[in-house]
Amino acid sequence: MGLLDKEFADSNIVIAKVEDVMNWARLSSLWQLSFGLACCAIEMMATSASHYDFDRFGVMPRPTPRQVDVIIISGTVTLKMATRIKRLYEQMPDPKYIISMGSCANSGGPYWEHGYHVLKGIDRIIPVDVYVPGCPPRPEALLEGLLKLQEKIRNETLRTKKKTA
Amino acid sequence: MKSPEEIFEILKAEFQDAVVEIDSELPVEPIIIVDPLAINKIAQFLRVNEDLQFDSLMNLSGVDDANGEKITEEDGTVTIKGGTFSVYYHLHSTTIDHKVVLRVITDKNKPEVESVDPVWKASTWHEREAYDMYGIIFLNHPDLRRILLPDDWDGYPLRKDYENPEYYDGMKVPY
Repeated sequence: MGLLDKEFADSNIVIAKVEDVMNWARLSSLWQLSFGLACCAIEMMATSASHYDFDRFGVMPRPTPRQVDVIIISGTVTLKMATRIKRLYEQMPDPKYIISMGSCANSGGPYWEHGYHVLKGIDRIIPVDVYVPGCPPRPEALLEGLLKLQEKIRNETLRTKKKTA
Repeated sequence: MKSPEEIFEILKAEFQDAVVEIDSELPVEPIIIVDPLAINKIAQFLRVNEDLQFDSLMNLSGVDDANGEKITEEDGTVTIKGGTFSVYYHLHSTTIDHKVVLRVITDKNKPEVESVDPVWKASTWHEREAYDMYGIIFLNHPDLRRILLPDDWDGYPLRKDYENPEYYDGMKVPY
């Protein structure tokens, strides 16, 4: 990671890149929206509970979208719910991340053909960062998804990309 | 304890024409078929009668009987003409501990059934669900609007001739 490369050689001053510190701070305390949809939400709650302990990665549920960094779409998104989810997403402050959890949120799952009321993938309305497959995914899979998201945040940059000619 | 046949005889004596028949040739319990526009009075009688005391509406559900006439157009589109909807009532008496099943049959073009809301409050949401899924109109219901689908939804999805929408609120519906 290189955050403490210089250690404390010169008195107690830590030297690090702003980007690294920002990214480290962001990825280490991802607050999730306290929000569940279906059976995936049960697995998400199991992941939050003591056995898998989401909190050791800095993930804890917040009950308002204005205080959260990540929303885990944990279950079947009905069309009625989709409009609400879009509103919740728009109320979240930047930077914001989305984990799509399970087959339903990824692609409609078992409702893909006859589900007249189901949105066939949450990425049709909001941009997804990490897709977690499974029906429902085990807590280990959701943890893996979170680690993938942390990896993504670790490599973020504050600079704007150079335009290639 | 009264058997469905005995209950049918009691109802037949009280309501004559409004009680149509009893269908006993079923793999499940016998079903008493009654008039959809008299169901509220029959329900009230079933509830207050000393020998019946049906104080609990266990379930109320709509059914598309799928008995309409299928017409295939020249361009291959299939439309369903006529046919009926049914509403089933599963009743239980907690005091006498006997059960009965009622059924009303209503025309698909004008699906109107009297509400049993004044008799069993449990029916309020069940009737709203039947309205939501089949478009069955419950007369004298206190608050007949959709319960599960969004208010601006088009059509009634559990009807046999329902076609899935292409879009809802700007979102594409098919896979």
